[in-house]
Amino acid sequence: MKRLFVAGALLAVTASLSFAGAVEDRQAVMKSMGKALGPLAAIAKGENAFDAGVVEQNLTALNEAAQKLDVAALFPEGSTTGETEALPAIWENMADFQERADKLKADVAEVASAVPADQAGVQAALGKIGQNCGGCHENYRMKKN
Amino acid sequence: MSKTTLGRLVLVVVVLGVAGGLVLFYLSGPNRLSQETVAALPEGDAARGERVFWAAGCTSCHARPGAEGDAILELAGGLELKTPFGTFVAPNISSDQQDGIGGWSAGDFANAMLRGVAPDGSHYYPAFPYASYARMRPADIADLYAFMRTLPAVPGAAPGHVLGFPFTIRRGLGLWKRLYLDPEPVIALGPDADDKTRAGRYLVEGPGHCGECHTPRAFTGGSKTNEWLAGAAAAEGDGIVPNITAGEGGLSWSAGDIAYYLESGFTPDFDTVGGAMVAVQKNMARLPAEDREAIAAYLKAVPPRPNGYPARD
Ligand code: HEC
Ligand code: HEC
Ligand code: HEC
Repeated sequence: MKRLFVAGALLAVTASLSFAGAVEDRQAVMKSMGKALGPLAAIAKGENAFDAGVVEQNLTALNEAAQKLDVAALFPEGSTTGETEALPAIWENMADFQERADKLKADVAEVASAVPADQAGVQAALGKIGQNCGGCHENYRMKKN
Repeated sequence: MSKTTLGRLVLVVVVLGVAGGLVLFYLSGPNRLSQETVAALPEGDAARGERVFWAAGCTSCHARPGAEGDAILELAGGLELKTPFGTFVAPNISSDQQDGIGGWSAGDFANAMLRGVAPDGSHYYPAFPYASYARMRPADIADLYAFMRTLPAVPGAAPGHVLGFPFTIRRGLGLWKRLYLDPEPVIALGPDADDKTRAGRYLVEGPGHCGECHTPRAFTGGSKTNEWLAGAAAAEGDGIVPNITAGEGGLSWSAGDIAYYLESGFTPDFDTVGGAMVAVQKNMARLPAEDREAIAAYLKAVPPRPNGYPARD
């Protein structure tokens, strides 16, 4: 009986630890996507001049990060506790959430395979990618601070 | 106490009670626009009205929930707004004669937008953000009216609100309006403020109704104007609406960053827009760049305030 209890407690601890891992991992993926977008946005905004090298490098980084968005591994059912801004709506609409992740990957891969050649191209690319980010954050993420 | 004194006392109390009731009844009555204001409404221009329409974000509430693309122009209603007072359902405001507002005059429309009064004289709930729209210019209302008449008529009434007593009584809203309905600007700008900042004030405080989400509310549901745009607890769940003043916890973005966020949804801290702001941002993206720049200039001029919501532990 005692052993069972200990085993149960251990299981519970590992479960929440692994959730903490999933939460941290998905936030890291999101952050690296955001980071790669920074220099691209600076070009789109006209803050920095168009630089083909910078654009290619960051689109590659963005694509690598986006392809790591493995919904099953990063969004295990119930991982809404602790320091997360993910909403329970994710698991109530898993098919839609998965579809959005797939669409993001496809759009980013497409843009990364045909690197834009000028500022207007970067703006168009960001418009296409950004809709995926905002569209998913609209329903599945809520700011907490 | 003699019988007559007691009788007199009772009489005084009754008279006072009736008078008080009458005063309350009077104070809670509809406060319509004057005949002159309605008569002076100009003939609206639909093209200009479209700009007002996006600035004012009518589709965010009145489009069918989840509608995308051109379907957002079908203002059939149905979105549920959960509040501490109950659940409000946005009505059909399409040009349908029966179920929408196709049969309304420009005066009816102006009374709804600027005074929160229905054609039958009853009060609207402030879940319809007329406390902000009341700051709009009558000419913009006329243009908006003209544009809305060009939108499709969609049959079908939206379900009713689900509210608890006493919030079911619309009459009481007349008193709320006496406290919170004020067409004057919230933020006084000095004489040195430029036209851009003034244009931004109009867009943010009036049609943009940014304060409805970004300003904390008193228990009565009215905006705490002394914490204007300081951020607030979200209407649903345990999230927040951010502080967009330059105070502690608020925005440290440049005016250019703010304008670009409203255009593209990208933040300068490598994030993107989310939550209820997505619909607002999409609307802002449809405005001319000068409008987004004006909003940014105004946000930079708003007095800095610390966060209007409690810190999380
Ligand atoms: C399939 C849905 C989905 C898509 C697509 C998506 N996100 Fe996210 N994003 C989320 C969720 C859910 C969270 C909250 C994660 C958490 O807190 O556990 C999040 C959080 C974030 C965060 C905050 C991370 C942190 O905690 O610091 C950033 C930054 C971010 N996303 C950027 C992006 C960018 C940039 C894109 C587009 C290139 C994007 N996201 C696309 C769902 C998505
Ligand atoms: C935040 C959500 C929200 C936004 C944004 C909003 N409304 Fe509404 N509106 C409502 C709600 C809720 C009601 C119902 C109020 C009531 O029943 O008292 C309403 C009612 C109305 C009515 C009265 C309809 C009737 O049948 O009596 C009109 C007209 C209207 N809105 C027009 C507009 C216009 C025009 C805009 C954009 C300028 C707009 N609304 C933006 C939520 C909204
Ligand atoms: C329906 C509610 C609502 C309305 C109306 C609204 N906002 Fe927001 N706003 C939000 C929410 C929620 C967020 C947090 C977005 C997120 O989760 O990424 C936000 C975020 C922002 C941000 C970014 C703040 C940050 O720290 O990330 C700015 C700037 C902003 N809003 C400006 C405005 C302006 C200007 C208006 C009026 C034109 C406006 N908002 C109207 C709900 C609203």
